[in-house]
Amino acid sequence: MSETADSPVFAPRQGDPTVGDSEAGAQRRRRRNIRRDRVGSVIYPIGMMVTLLVVWEAAARLFSIPAYLLPAPSAIVMSMDSNSAVLIKESIGTTLEILLGFALSVGVGVPLALAIYLWRPFARAVYPLLVSSQAVPKVAVAPLFLVWFGFGLMPKVLIAFLIAFFPVVINTAMGLAALEREKIYLARSMGLGPFATFFKIQLPNALPSIFAGLKISITFAVVGAVVGEFVGGQGGLGYLLLIANGNMDTALLFAGIVALTVLGVVLFLLIGLAERLVLPPHAVEHASFGGETM
Amino acid sequence: MTQIADDHAYLCIEKLSKVYSTRDGEVRALNNVSFTQQRGEFISHVGPSGCGKSTLLMIAAGLIPPSSGEVRVGGRKVDRPRTDIGIVFQSPVLLDWRTALGNIMLQAESRKMNRREASARARELLATVGLSGFEDRFPHELSGGMRQRVSICRALIHNPDHLLMDEPFGALDALTRDQLVLDLQALVSERRMTALFITHSIAEAVFLSDRVIVMTPRPGSIDRIIDIKLPRPRTLAMRETPEFADYSREILELFLARGVLREHRSGAEKESGNERNSGFTRLRTTAR
Ligand SMILES: Nc1ncnc2c1ncn2[C@@H]1O[C@H](COP(=O)(O)OP(=O)(O)O)[C@@H](O)[C@H]1O
Ligand SMILES: [Mg+2]
Repeated sequence: MSETADSPVFAPRQGDPTVGDSEAGAQRRRRRNIRRDRVGSVIYPIGMMVTLLVVWEAAARLFSIPAYLLPAPSAIVMSMDSNSAVLIKESIGTTLEILLGFALSVGVGVPLALAIYLWRPFARAVYPLLVSSQAVPKVAVAPLFLVWFGFGLMPKVLIAFLIAFFPVVINTAMGLAALEREKIYLARSMGLGPFATFFKIQLPNALPSIFAGLKISITFAVVGAVVGEFVGGQGGLGYLLLIANGNMDTALLFAGIVALTVLGVVLFLLIGLAERLVLPPHAVEHASFGGETM
Repeated sequence: MTQIADDHAYLCIEKLSKVYSTRDGEVRALNNVSFTQQRGEFISHVGPSGCGKSTLLMIAAGLIPPSSGEVRVGGRKVDRPRTDIGIVFQSPVLLDWRTALGNIMLQAESRKMNRREASARARELLATVGLSGFEDRFPHELSGGMRQRVSICRALIHNPDHLLMDEPFGALDALTRDQLVLDLQALVSERRMTALFITHSIAEAVFLSDRVIVMTPRPGSIDRIIDIKLPRPRTLAMRETPEFADYSREILELFLARGVLREHRSGAEKESGNERNSGFTRLRTTAR
């Protein structure tokens, strides 16, 4: 698997002096190739984005598009600057909702997945229910949560949780189940008990899959928190978006969207960082670019 | 050891059968298999794929229960996973998140062996199979042959009484196989290890074994047990000797007779061949 994944990077290109070269030289070149690849993966999307922004700015000025329809990037930046205090304040509120919703997702999702994996009757009873519950549009449930829990922090956290916990459960359960029989056999032949087998083999084996679930979950939690604020907000970035919309302040609307995006990306990257700390390097690559390796 | 009737056998497999129940009904994987193994003996099983070789090994390891019959080790009935073994599977079954050394040390940790001694021994073993310098590599940084070598070291670090291997070299190229077969011979003879080795390679079986057990197609039973009386240590050049060829030929002919292997003949010959040996044709169809 890993050979095929590496080959586009490691394979000596035509006319490349790698062939027949010293091992050290080849390794240096390999490392440089990887670095070039990494740099490329940053440079290209940034270049693309800058191009888009320039075209947008030019179009907004050239065709004098009304600001309430589509403000120029420069106008958005100015709005972000003048509203920075509000943006930061509302971001903090939203972040709190997201993190609490996410924490609840993990706190409930992982044990639930464990129970599903370890206890067959429970899996039979709960799994179909869980999957079909995903057909319920969670946004539609939001008003109900307002009725039950009022306008405070609680309903937003719960909506974030409701949307975000499913990928945690599914990925954890799948990761636990995806253990080869031979690994269990090996553990038994070594005299490892069920407890040690779980912590030494099964859980680490499932971690890449669990982290994949956490990454989806955190982005869902952002959506959930914003939906909660839309429905019954007295603060937060979602609420700010509603206010900006009401005031036809489209530049502020965009500023809010930018803030939400940045928030989402930062949280996602934090999970990625945790993953990097926990897993050995190659497993991380497999988890994030898994689609390309097969 | 003391009052058991089965002479001095270390491993005693008696009237072993295994039936799997699947969605499409019952599959009889093993049928009435009996044999014994002495301490220090190297036994290979050869047979076509699907004849129940893995099943036999897993039952011998106490990892799956037989449908009938029993396994005894040193006179005691096996009714739970055996921990006196070192086991090697067809795939290396390494943990991705542990280095080569770490994977071997899993065995030592599980058995609460002294860490420092075990680590030194693991390095020694790695050196024996030509992997010194690779201790801190992760499995994905190793070739298939290297990974399998690590898994062999993992099966040996605790000096097990019994080494069980299920087609350990099946997925490797011919050259790597040759090397690993030599490595294995060295490791096993140095420790006077008792080993049960499963393979579908006739040459591998003859090369390594004191006895080769030839299995029939499914449901697997013992076709013939062949004593290999070649001197040890065996060398690659020995494979070209007439004695070696005779053993290989004996097994090959069993496979041909059972329809495990089919030679293609010209039409006329085929017809007469079929007429001459109708049992042969029947076996061929059942084998499919
Ligand atoms: N867990 C199982 N459930 C059902 N059938 C099985 C199982 N394991 C093996 N078999 C069947 O038993 C037969 C023997 O399998 P196996 O022992 O793996 O053979 P071999 O190792 O010689 O190729 C095969 O037909 C296989 O399909
Ligand atoms: Mg097999």
